[in-house]
Amino acid sequence: MSERYSRQMLFPPIGKEGQKKLREKHALIIGAGALGAANAETLTRAGVGKLTIADRDYVEWSNLQRQQLYCEEDAVRKVPKAIAAAKRLKAINSEVQIFPRIMDVGVQEMEELIEDVDLIIDSTDNFDIRFLINDISQKHRIPWIYGGCVGSYGLSYTILPGVTPCLNCLMDKLPLGGATCDTAGVIQPAIQMVAAHQSAEALKILAENLESLRATLISFDVWKNQFSSVNVSSLRNPQCLSCGTKPIYPFLDYRIQTKTSLLCGRDTVQIRPSALQDMDVAYLEKSLVSQGINVESNPYLLSFSINDARVVVFKDGRVLVHGVRDILQAKNLYHRFLG
Amino acid sequence: MNVFINGDAMVLPETINSVSLLLEHFHLEQKVVIVELNQHILDKSMHAETILTDGDRIEIVHFVGGG
Repeated sequence: MSERYSRQMLFPPIGKEGQKKLREKHALIIGAGALGAANAETLTRAGVGKLTIADRDYVEWSNLQRQQLYCEEDAVRKVPKAIAAAKRLKAINSEVQIFPRIMDVGVQEMEELIEDVDLIIDSTDNFDIRFLINDISQKHRIPWIYGGCVGSYGLSYTILPGVTPCLNCLMDKLPLGGATCDTAGVIQPAIQMVAAHQSAEALKILAENLESLRATLISFDVWKNQFSSVNVSSLRNPQCLSCGTKPIYPFLDYRIQTKTSLLCGRDTVQIRPSALQDMDVAYLEKSLVSQGINVESNPYLLSFSINDARVVVFKDGRVLVHGVRDILQAKNLYHRFLG
Repeated sequence: MNVFINGDAMVLPETINSVSLLLEHFHLEQKVVIVELNQHILDKSMHAETILTDGDRIEIVHFVGGG
């Protein structure tokens, strides 16, 4: 193997064998925000074989303070994060196969994404998707690594099906209305700390050094100078509906999936048609322009402004409406312009 | 009362004498939390009746969604 990985192979717990194993593995990162970018860069530099990175959003100026794979041009051009991430990652290490996916990950998408995957790294920003990741992980016996971060606080836990408690064991309910990065802010060092814990655990799993896994729930505050590591193995619940003796994977039930959702507290509503299909973005652009509306577009999406709202249409049919407070207002705009 | 919370020595007002009151004190009562008291994870149903004593070591982990 090349000089590129020499320092990592000199590290005895990885060594040449571990490096070879890493090269044979496929990691899936859900979310290409701050945690996703940090995890993806580490695994790409480390020489993982394949990396799939799925995200529903595009790069904005407010991302640049912490989302390390993106640059100003990506924000100006509103490049989808999966695409901008893949471009940068390929420039960092052309030996790694990078698969960018612009999509809102739901049950169907998840079933497709996890094919051939050895590990899922959570880099999402909400618990709806984490409970979905948790169920798919249990159903297909794929480990996943939870990470969360707000302000200067972060936490992480590694979930091994059949070994550790799952997220449904640890959290008995979905938190509602908690602080988000868009309401409470977030600083880059806290992100890096969470991502460092996630990617260290990822390397252990991918290089098959499972005995070195941490096995505790860690949390910390890099501003208040606190750190905590708690053994939660006693919370593994045999009656758990996701990982117990009779699992029903409640979060994989398509009926509970919402078609509209408020995106991480930033006055944005996502509308997801019940059947995703390629949208004729060029036709839409033409018709908007003919109505005197100023349209911006790139190969993946188009956007336009109406009063205080901004509408972004992705090629797969998903629409983000920014600058609205409620779902109804967003739906009105959606139906007005997209039928 | 003198306790350790997430490793930090802290003096609690006398009125804060149970785990539930402690969580309220830190505005965590609405959050999804895991509380460890002297290296034992507490069942959530026990937070109200678990009394704190001087010298307790408490770890509080709350889940956040950002990323």
